[in-house]
Amino acid sequence: MTEIQAGSAEEGAAVAAPSSPRVPAIELSGVVKEYLAQGEVVQAVKGVTLSIAGGEFFSLLGPSGCGKTTTMRMIAGFEDPSRGTVRLHGQDVTGVPPNRRDVNMVFQSYALFPHMNVWENVAFGLRRRKVAEADIRRRVGEMLEIVDLTGREKRRPREMSGGQQQRVALARALVNNPRALLLDEPLGALDLKLRQAMQIELKRIQREVGITFVYVTHDQSEALTMSDRIAVMNDGLVEQLAAPREIYERPATAFVAGFIGTSNLLDGTVEESTGGRAVLRAGYEGRILVEGGTHAVGDHVAVTVRPEKITISAEEPEGDVSAVRGTVSEVVYLGLYNSYAVRLADGAEITVFQQNALDSTSTAERGEAVWLSWQPRHSYVIGS
Amino acid sequence: MKRLAPYLLILPGGLWLLIFLVVPMVFMASVSTQEGDIINGFVQTFDFSVYGDALTRYQTQFLRSVGYGLVGTVVSIAMAYPVAYWIAFRGGSRKSTYLLLVLLPFFVSFVLRTVSWKFLLADDGLLLSPLKSMGLVAQDFHVLQTTVAVIGGLVYNYLPFMILPIYVALERIDPRVVEAAQDLYAARSQAFTKVVLPLSLPGVFAGVLMTFVPMTADYVNAGILGGPSNTMIGNIIQTEYLVNTDYPTAAALSFTLMAVMLVGIFAYARALGTENVLEAAAR
Ligand SMILES: Nc1ncnc2c1ncn2[C@@H]1O[C@H](COP(=O)(O)OP(=O)(O)OP(=O)(O)O)[C@@H](O)[C@H]1O
Ligand SMILES: [Mg+2]
Repeated sequence: MTEIQAGSAEEGAAVAAPSSPRVPAIELSGVVKEYLAQGEVVQAVKGVTLSIAGGEFFSLLGPSGCGKTTTMRMIAGFEDPSRGTVRLHGQDVTGVPPNRRDVNMVFQSYALFPHMNVWENVAFGLRRRKVAEADIRRRVGEMLEIVDLTGREKRRPREMSGGQQQRVALARALVNNPRALLLDEPLGALDLKLRQAMQIELKRIQREVGITFVYVTHDQSEALTMSDRIAVMNDGLVEQLAAPREIYERPATAFVAGFIGTSNLLDGTVEESTGGRAVLRAGYEGRILVEGGTHAVGDHVAVTVRPEKITISAEEPEGDVSAVRGTVSEVVYLGLYNSYAVRLADGAEITVFQQNALDSTSTAERGEAVWLSWQPRHSYVIGS
Repeated sequence: MKRLAPYLLILPGGLWLLIFLVVPMVFMASVSTQEGDIINGFVQTFDFSVYGDALTRYQTQFLRSVGYGLVGTVVSIAMAYPVAYWIAFRGGSRKSTYLLLVLLPFFVSFVLRTVSWKFLLADDGLLLSPLKSMGLVAQDFHVLQTTVAVIGGLVYNYLPFMILPIYVALERIDPRVVEAAQDLYAARSQAFTKVVLPLSLPGVFAGVLMTFVPMTADYVNAGILGGPSNTMIGNIIQTEYLVNTDYPTAAALSFTLMAVMLVGIFAYARALGTENVLEAAAR
């Protein structure tokens, strides 16, 4: 594989700061963005504070319209925050135009230059920075090799497939060797197979060039598999910022729990609370055990439980586990596992995934009364 | 039936063109090589010398027309581009209102508008008489009957035909592409010269075709705003046809004008084919 050469000295035109591992590559503090739409103030971003380390693969994940693109555009410099500051490598970049910021963006729709061929598209940034022609030739050539487009230099964007265009967009940004690369749903337009191939490819390129990636997606599995850390956004705010496993296993809010994977939401009133363990009761038979935290008797507490952590059994389970009783309302065979929907007495429906092992004893039928049980550590208390 | 449908669809338009464009042209072509006069009638002689004679006689007006057309076209581009740019990128939700304003002059007759220019620019008209009484311009200063007045009238009358195609081309540019240029270290001016301008050139190209041809063939502006030294080939054709009733000369001049413009436009399309322009702009 080709190594990416460090940018040469003539690129000093863009904002540059001494890069120190301690200074975060990107820092947003209290960033708010308001738009005036039809005479009404719309808050696209309502106060985002986050800091992204150099070399990190950082994802912004959230539903459509939650403010991901707007956040990204403020980092790139297309918009200035209404309030708050954006820092790149420790330097406040408020008012610095995009062409003077050492970050490059891969647009949601690629935004390739339609009147230029692949080579010219990729060379655009280097030409603007007056890099020597010989260096341009070398770097563009190397970059096209990395994205596997060697031999297609003369093609126009419209003469290429979506996946190829996507790789041109990536090469066009990466060839400048920016401090950070902003990718706005770069794989959104691709079919599943190509998407998965490109995910692996992107991850490889990121490791190879070692630059900060800020990745916007609304596809949770994409964010979970690729990121070092994820900020889950909802309605202009960051709901949770953590590593993928943490986000998945310990969703901080009901929104995160619902948005990431399938999750069951249960709530109850604290009946006992001793030694960092609480017992919850609700309007159905059974109990929910919660570990950690301090809960006073009488508190109302909401917890989430992942479907694959729950065991189905006909008999009331023994021992120190959460156990609730319900009736199987649906069974769906999904190959590796069955998905059960179990209705509790208060009307809540719990989803349970049960692996189809040969010796599986849990073969509940529709309409059967069953017990659902899980370890106390799998009940995650979520914030209100 | 299915395969015939496209042909059936072009039938009305095709017939229209055949009857009202091709037939008169063939007729006029035949007139151009006839001899005679309106009283004794014309007879076909297939004598092509009329072409050479007419061209030598009216060479000055020919060249002048092409010159006026070229200057008018260049001035139109310079005036239309900023207007089209502003409407396309700054027009916001009022774009269609602005476009309507551009087209508004068309709601008043072409001749009437040109005549009102004459009133406006007359030696003691609305514009010059206050300036003269204030002593800002000389008493014998005049605008009418000058080249400036004719070219000004041409530009005024054909400007919308330049604005509209440029507007359409600019409107089609994805603003993200312009942002991408800025993201890739292009200053605003470079984003314009490297991306916006090349992408709008097809519109300029179309605008040039739509203004140069009618400007060169125009006779109303020279007739109303110009003097004897501003006569264009359109005026000559009109005079030969309506006043001198020298139909062969009028027809020969018309065909020569058409040929000159066709050749010119092909050369222009060749030299400035959008592909070539784009290649050059990409550097
Ligand atoms: N220029 C603008 N004027 C007015 N409102 C805007 C503007 N840009 C964005 N918004 C609003 O701000 C909110 C956030 O938009 P944004 O484009 O950041 O969402 P997103 O998270 O990127 O969504 P998606 O996943 O659909 O791309 C939306 O409600 C949108 O309507
Ligand atoms: Mg978006």
